[in-house]
Amino acid sequence: MKKIISGNEAIALSFEDSGGVFASGYPGTPSTETLEEVARLGNVYCEWAPNEKVGLESAIGASLAGGRALATMKHVGVNVAADALMTLTYTGVNAGLILMAADDPGMHSSQNEQDSRNYAKFAKIPMLDPADSQEAYDYVRAGFEISERFDTPVMLRTTTRISHAKGVVEQKGKVAAKVGELAKDVPKYVMLPNFGKIKHVAVEERLLKLQAFAEESPLNRVEMNDPELGIITSGISYQHAKEAFPQASFLKLGLVHPLPEQKIRDFASKVGRLMVVEEMDAIFEEQIRAMGIRVDIGKDRISLCGEVCADIVREAAGAPATSAKTTPAGDLPLRPPTFCPGCAHRGLYSILSKLKVFVSGDIGCYTLGALPPLSAMHTCICMGASISAAHGIAKVNEIAGRTEKPVAVIGDSTFFHSGITGLLSMSYNAGNALVIIMDNRTTGMTGGQENPGSGRHIQGNPAKEVDMVSLVKVLGIENVFEINSYDLKETEAAIRRGLETPGPYVLVDKNPCVLRYRVKKPLVQVSAEKCTGCRACLKASCVALGLKGSGEKPKVSIDPNICNGCGVCSQHCKFDAMTVASGGSHESI
Amino acid sequence: MKAFNIVIAGVGGQGVLMASKVLAESALASSMDVKQNEVHGMAQRGGSVISFVRIGAKVHSPVVLPGTADILISFEPLEALRYLHYLKPGGKLVYNKACINPSTVAAGLATYPGDVAQRITAACPDARAIDALQVAKEAGNAKAVNMVMVGSVMKGLPIDSEVVEGVVREISRGKGEDVNMAALRGGAATA
Ligand code: SF4
Ligand code: SF4
Repeated sequence: MKKIISGNEAIALSFEDSGGVFASGYPGTPSTETLEEVARLGNVYCEWAPNEKVGLESAIGASLAGGRALATMKHVGVNVAADALMTLTYTGVNAGLILMAADDPGMHSSQNEQDSRNYAKFAKIPMLDPADSQEAYDYVRAGFEISERFDTPVMLRTTTRISHAKGVVEQKGKVAAKVGELAKDVPKYVMLPNFGKIKHVAVEERLLKLQAFAEESPLNRVEMNDPELGIITSGISYQHAKEAFPQASFLKLGLVHPLPEQKIRDFASKVGRLMVVEEMDAIFEEQIRAMGIRVDIGKDRISLCGEVCADIVREAAGAPATSAKTTPAGDLPLRPPTFCPGCAHRGLYSILSKLKVFVSGDIGCYTLGALPPLSAMHTCICMGASISAAHGIAKVNEIAGRTEKPVAVIGDSTFFHSGITGLLSMSYNAGNALVIIMDNRTTGMTGGQENPGSGRHIQGNPAKEVDMVSLVKVLGIENVFEINSYDLKETEAAIRRGLETPGPYVLVDKNPCVLRYRVKKPLVQVSAEKCTGCRACLKASCVALGLKGSGEKPKVSIDPNICNGCGVCSQHCKFDAMTVASGGSHESI
Repeated sequence: MKAFNIVIAGVGGQGVLMASKVLAESALASSMDVKQNEVHGMAQRGGSVISFVRIGAKVHSPVVLPGTADILISFEPLEALRYLHYLKPGGKLVYNKACINPSTVAAGLATYPGDVAQRITAACPDARAIDALQVAKEAGNAKAVNMVMVGSVMKGLPIDSEVVEGVVREISRGKGEDVNMAALRGGAATA
């Protein structure tokens, strides 16, 4: 039966159909739904790891134990897992192992644009780059076969428009899941220098074998049409190029590392103009040029930044873009993402914004606190960096004789991911920052995934729930207190105490994510008589609020379809114009 | 056959993705190739959302380029204006009249333009505005706006309306099937 599924869902389905046994990963757009779909299908064991390195390491263990294994992550997650990856390339695998890395050209939801194809070159391992959902499905099967045949981990790379685009998929026959013997082979799996030296030679030999395989494999196919224009491409870029020039000739690469040199030479010799279409880095182009082959159209015409589309390909080859050149309407108010109505982060940030402190931020919903009108975050680097960066800032402040204490804001999932080690360092090195852990008991930004604090596994069954306060205490932090950021007065007082008390100070806000836990309280109402139109409540930055009526001072109104009843806006009103109905609760349900 | 391009715009949380799914599944049920694409992640938190559905004998890119959409369906007036440039000359536009404030407006940093409807009509004279929220409420649930919007364009699609109805029934079986069907038909009645 044919079905319409996303690339991520196709990978999950194929993982199950290809005899997969163990999957792990950390949520990150655009990779997240892969593991969620494995869990939803329900036939293969899977789990969320606290971070990508742990996810990959666990998958390595699974492979050693004889089970086909999958580790999923987004491109920046590969940086975290890279330490394990670089040695895994030496040890090789027992049962097949696939590392899925989802890139995000165009940065729809990421802090940088990074091309994971660099990692395949760097790690000297094969990489597959599917061009649609069907190929995503097929390449998982092919990936396991390559992994086992060549004793290597395989990277399966996707991009946002593969991971999230839906297309038609037809399932292939199932491979029964079987678990082989646990591998005991010291020289192969214990990377002491003496064994590692031998393995490096093996890695280089393996790469040559893979090169020969790339020449003959149908994963790299030639579509000979009009020879005037020949295009070498892969992944989603193939679809854009095909859309732009359906009549051109193509060398469509599925195995994108190592490259099939002879196939490229043959193709190049048969076409008039050779064009290389790739998103982000010039990985193919540089290698093709290094082979001494002339590339007529490449990165000189296609940007290294952002996504490729059919029009970019057309224009690069000197053809006109789509007939109708249209321009977007200007001067429209932007509609950036913002905290959900009722989200606990809103109250916290309105206070941080009022206190004008330096806030070292992190990756998660709370990153949105950097946007106006809250504008209360001043740096955000990568998962877990909030605490360690605040520590560095505090040390230099001290050296420079500055007295202000920086604040680090981090979520629970991020804290478990890689915030713990930063806080451990701050404790050990006698740091001086205020750390606020927004413990909403979920991984909010990626859609509410489970984590070691949420009390559930990925399958939804009950799990051990880490107690944040005890964990922080164990790291050696004496000053750790719980706060309720819906109560602005109490929260402000706690933050002030934290800023005045020397040394590391941790506040834990334990309000659950209202989206994930479907929290709803009775609506807040505005009295038109009492409202003066002073706009103080708008500081809450809630989309339920709006100005009604014209004139100098329009009054505030609340959209009942949107309000979540949190009452943060009402605490900004000095005129008692907002009534918060009693009852309801922000407890999880 | 050239691909038939549909663009669906709205605000995170309005059910744009479910509407896209209905259209994509309907195309597959009509034995056509289809690609559907939207951007997740950050866009979910009340931000501006856009989704593409491309239908045809063979569809390559999942992306609809500006100036090439056969239909633009917008769940909110301002979002209709924001993505109007996706419409090809002579393309059809249907939008929901009910406004939702962007966070920038709610925070008092920007104002919701008062002339959105006029600007839409100026650019696209036969644009259709419907009160999808009202139709959805009449069908039994304000959240069914997405089904009203699908219904409102059903007749202009290269797909039989019965196929779309079958898909909605299948997808919402046991989860508000009656409401969704009423919303779909209510939407169709606005055409
Ligand atoms: S998803 Fe949860 S944490 Fe994120 S903005 Fe919404 S309520 Fe807040
Ligand atoms: S803070 Fe009170 S008085 Fe001022 S605009 Fe808001 S509701 Fe009206």
